[in-house]
Amino acid sequence: MTVRLQNEGAEAAGETAAPPVLAAAGLRVAFPGRGGRGTARAVDGVDLEVGAGEIVALVGESGCGKSTLARALLGLVRPTEGRVLFSGEPLDYRSRALKRYRHRVQLVQQDPSGSLNPRHTVYEAVAEGLRIHEGATAEEERRVADALSRAGLRPPERFFTRYPHELSGGQRQRVVIAGALILDPEVIVADEPVASLDASVRGEILRLILDLRAELGLSALVVTHDLGLAWNIADRVAVMYLGRVVEVGTVEEVLSEPRHPYTRALLSVLPESDAGEPVVLAGEPPDPTRIPSGCRFHARCPVLASGEAEREGIADRCRTEDPGILPASGGDRAACHHARLHG
Amino acid sequence: MTAPAASRRAVVRARRRAALRKYTRSYAENRAGLFGLAALALAVLVALAAPLFIPAEALSVTGAPGERFEPPDAEFPLGTDTYGRSVLDLVVWGARISLTVGFLAAAVSVALGTVIGVIAGHFGGLASNVLMRITDWFLVLPTLVMAIALAAVMERSTLTIIIAIGVTSWPSTARIVRAQTLSVEARPYIERARALGGGHLHVMLRHVLPNVMPVVIAQTTLLVAEAIVMESTLSFLGLGSPGAISWGGILQDARNSGAISSGMWWYMVPPGLAIALVALSFTLCGRALEGVFNPRLRERR
Repeated sequence: MTVRLQNEGAEAAGETAAPPVLAAAGLRVAFPGRGGRGTARAVDGVDLEVGAGEIVALVGESGCGKSTLARALLGLVRPTEGRVLFSGEPLDYRSRALKRYRHRVQLVQQDPSGSLNPRHTVYEAVAEGLRIHEGATAEEERRVADALSRAGLRPPERFFTRYPHELSGGQRQRVVIAGALILDPEVIVADEPVASLDASVRGEILRLILDLRAELGLSALVVTHDLGLAWNIADRVAVMYLGRVVEVGTVEEVLSEPRHPYTRALLSVLPESDAGEPVVLAGEPPDPTRIPSGCRFHARCPVLASGEAEREGIADRCRTEDPGILPASGGDRAACHHARLHG
Repeated sequence: MTAPAASRRAVVRARRRAALRKYTRSYAENRAGLFGLAALALAVLVALAAPLFIPAEALSVTGAPGERFEPPDAEFPLGTDTYGRSVLDLVVWGARISLTVGFLAAAVSVALGTVIGVIAGHFGGLASNVLMRITDWFLVLPTLVMAIALAAVMERSTLTIIIAIGVTSWPSTARIVRAQTLSVEARPYIERARALGGGHLHVMLRHVLPNVMPVVIAQTTLLVAEAIVMESTLSFLGLGSPGAISWGGILQDARNSGAISSGMWWYMVPPGLAIALVALSFTLCGRALEGVFNPRLRERR
């Protein structure tokens, strides 16, 4: 039901009629609390879509649930509510279906040093996915070489017998990407793909992701805490705060005309920002075990703190009324009472 | 352009050889470990070669070559036993049973412990709880009593001893392997393997097992020492195979024939020393191996 409605929304907005390649619908992931703490609602109702050939950046500070969302999209954690949709089909969690799904959607993790088994050679690491899904094939070596060179490791044969500890961080991340590419995936979910890399290598890896999109038509969801990175690579940006997407739109919309006070605060502290005074958020850092009532951002919201919300007469709504789940496409851009007033 | 698969494998083999050389060197730095290895090599060689220089009739109770309880002399360097057999021959022959039982019992125990430890560590949750409670139960059970009970109910044979030792000594291995499995499972490459579509078996066999193997090897070596002592104990208590000659069995014969009260040291001391030396050698090797695979232990020394 939700799917169809969203598709209609997309058509109305003049976008492609095909269902998004990867989507989350009302997705919630909660972890049982430990040591007397309540349940941690890491992902607390997210609608998100990644269209064919589209790169979406998921931005937010540490602990906002963006990595959990990425893992849920791959079926690595079961959502407590809501669904993951692949080409419009809900994700099937039975092991054979999940295995087929993981042939088509690939994960690139944050730390390339940890995501390669130190006892496996580059060849074994890249061939791993192929062996899982197709067993030993005659053309395995050619495909490993092909994947490595597509990931920018040339000539590939030179890397076959290397171990991860002999490679640089950037080369390791390329090996991980090659291991994902060998299965010809339709979507790549990259969780902070460049966060642990040197600044000089970051650009190369981002370039690689853009090239792959251009050559292979890959879709990608790039999780990052870096707005600058989102600006460079993404078509659309979703800003996440405490388990929810609070603002979504094209890069230009979100980054040059932010609507949500949280996005504005994030942008204002960028060094190259021209938004004037940096907004430093007050209040305690967000805790997914204690999500505030009303708007989840209200305790730290500069609009409410400055009294502007009071003047507009929405302060009570900020404190008591949940702005709701932002639809993945069409409709509002920001889950904020203040922004809706000025929408 | 593509390197032939054969040459690629050769390169990987060469790298493995280099890694092995590195391990060998770091093992050789441990002199106690070298001593243990040399003593073991000697014991194994002697045990294997025993049939070449000990004729079958020298070990027969009826056709024994000497008189009863002869003190050490030129013909019998370690004297004779209650039937007139050479104690030296008996001790040498006894190494065969002791080492066989030690190795096989340790293998049974480590195999059980590794399978249970990896499964408990990998699956977690209910499976882990159930398996670990069973492990705890075996861990608090007095091993010797359990082994005696098992050896008493089953047919008296060497195989019974092996099984009795094997099924009572696995819990410590299971605990160690589970701990190691948990630490490996927390690494990002396990998540990558799962995201690539790898199932439980793939993760356990391709990623977890190779990474817990060093711990398992060191543990095996230590367990062999334990198994040899246990085998001697069971034989000494008269639960061993009646026909077989083992160190514990010799000690039992010595006690039964009053060797302790009549001061026939040559009958009791040699098998006792043999047990102590072989067990010590295995322990030294095991500790040295632990140091090779876990450099942090080496630094502390």
